[in-house]
Amino acid sequence: MTLLSVLGVLSSAVFSGTSLLYTTLGEICDQRSGIVNLGLEGVLLVSASAGFAVTYLTGNPYLGVLAAALAGGLMNTILGYLTITRGANQLASGLALMFFGFGLSAWIGRAYVGARITGLPRFPLPGLSALPVLVRSLFQFDLLIYLSVPAAILVWWILFRTRWGLGVRAVGESADTAFASGRNPRRIRYQALFVGGLLAGLGAAHLSIAYAMNWTEYMTAGRGFIAVALVIFSKWHPLRAIAGALLFSGAVAFQLLLQSSGIQISPFLLDTIPYLLTLVVLIAWGGTRRHSAPASLGRVYQGTE
Amino acid sequence: MRPQPDLAERAKSASARAVGGLLRYGSMAVMAFLLFGVILLVSGKNPIGAYRDLFSSTLGSARGFSEVLVAMTPMLLTALAVALPSRIGLINVGVEGQLYMGACFATWGALTFSDLPAWVLLPGMALLGMIGGGLWALIPGVLRAHGLVNETITTLLLNSVAPMVVSFFVFGYWHSPMDTNKTANFVPSARLPTLFDTRVDLSLIIGLVLLGLFWFVMRSTRWGLEMRAIGGNPQAALRNGIPTRVYVISVLCIGGAVAGLAGMAQVSGFYGVLLANFSRGIGFMGFLISWLAGGNPLGIVLTSFAVAMITSGGNLLQLTRDVPYAVINILLAFTLFVVLARPRVLPRRKAA
Repeated sequence: MTLLSVLGVLSSAVFSGTSLLYTTLGEICDQRSGIVNLGLEGVLLVSASAGFAVTYLTGNPYLGVLAAALAGGLMNTILGYLTITRGANQLASGLALMFFGFGLSAWIGRAYVGARITGLPRFPLPGLSALPVLVRSLFQFDLLIYLSVPAAILVWWILFRTRWGLGVRAVGESADTAFASGRNPRRIRYQALFVGGLLAGLGAAHLSIAYAMNWTEYMTAGRGFIAVALVIFSKWHPLRAIAGALLFSGAVAFQLLLQSSGIQISPFLLDTIPYLLTLVVLIAWGGTRRHSAPASLGRVYQGTE
Repeated sequence: MRPQPDLAERAKSASARAVGGLLRYGSMAVMAFLLFGVILLVSGKNPIGAYRDLFSSTLGSARGFSEVLVAMTPMLLTALAVALPSRIGLINVGVEGQLYMGACFATWGALTFSDLPAWVLLPGMALLGMIGGGLWALIPGVLRAHGLVNETITTLLLNSVAPMVVSFFVFGYWHSPMDTNKTANFVPSARLPTLFDTRVDLSLIIGLVLLGLFWFVMRSTRWGLEMRAIGGNPQAALRNGIPTRVYVISVLCIGGAVAGLAGMAQVSGFYGVLLANFSRGIGFMGFLISWLAGGNPLGIVLTSFAVAMITSGGNLLQLTRDVPYAVINILLAFTLFVVLARPRVLPRRKAA
């Protein structure tokens, strides 16, 4: 196995993990405010199709990214309306949102199946100009990749170092207490969901505009659920989400490495690794109350009247 | 204890409830159809024509009606797989995965023992399917019963693992010489018999019988009483000597077994072949149906029928109106949204 193939594997792992990191960050925002978004799969599909369509129509991938992010925010707002304003069950609302996403994305994307776009432009890593061209070409990433880790740090900073973030976490722990201390749980949850939707939308945009550069129905292939698993794995913490996304990328890379070195292990078994590791982590926490799930996660806030 | 109203009064209130319910769900349906009509209009299709197609194709002919029953069959089972654990307060979001494992085990049976006669092979496959789904639910059950991990999280995680296990076997070992993503067609003795020369198969009857059994067990047996006690107050139930831990594990496993049976019915009845990623959310749909029906067996049948009408009508819209099949999910989702949001303009359900 050559150095080049190893580098190629690393490069493609970075590409496949980026959308997951944004999506996980988005779900962390949702869940920190106390709302489980099981419809993430649908949100991703709608964002991916909307972003792809806008990129195709305008020829500008950055507009596509913007459209995808907004689409994600709007999809999450639907969930917000159902669960916050109408007090509907979060799991059922999320699954309904997922089916909505299946349908809406197929409807948006129906004219663009097989269409081709120029994806997000890629820039070489600075400081690599000394490397051979072939190697350098592997380390050309797009803007969303460069911004992914800073985005995680930004989300951490917002959630843990700003007033608004404190409000989000307070509402997620106990909406009643947050209300008593003068915050508006409903408004904060709407805001957190919208921000979470924007982030998920960025992840979906990376998938359809930068990575796959096409649109197919159900193209997210379960990434929404992987993200939900990674949120638990990362203990609802934005910085650990980086580790979660790396875990997934690592599994992909490992799989590609094995394939290129001729070892026969089914890729499907390797795909299960992130889930099984999450399960093991959960069991290891089991019984201890030290893990940091937001206390009012999944509960409907009835309000005080 | 409330004073029992006399029979005439009870009948009156029941009929008033039925009318109220009909009115409520009727107006919800109208709302959902209006919303989807807007989507159709925007995409330049005639909504009235599309709805006429949808109704005439599903309720207008015996053939169409039978297709609705076909679509409804797996939903009955997957909804039951959610409804049963929900009676003791367990949230089984993992039906999708249990369905896949059931299909996987049943397919192993179908491929290994393909020379057995149908009357041995089919019950064997059904049993294998139930074992597969049951084992898949055993993991969350044990973890929950010992207070280690909440079953909502584990069932959800295992959902994503099961299709990969199926893919592992299909792509690696079981695929037919021509395809990579599906097995060879099952031999006739591994196919569930169909009824009346339609695509409706035996699993419809099985689903209805199991729902009836569920109703009976919850209503008139000791198990039902104890499960209701656990669902009402697990602490009190435990202190009254009900083995809640045993119930948690066994009820979740039975739920998983029912889901596994649904998977077996899908591969043996509907498809006749195991296709990787064959289910696009049948298990999740079961969760929604059970939740909408409040875990009530009759409600499950009615809700499944309504949902099946929408999904099988979608097949026809694809053909006649050039709308991708997946788009029918929008109509489905609007219906769900409207029910979930329970708009104020409609008569409200009494606080549950």
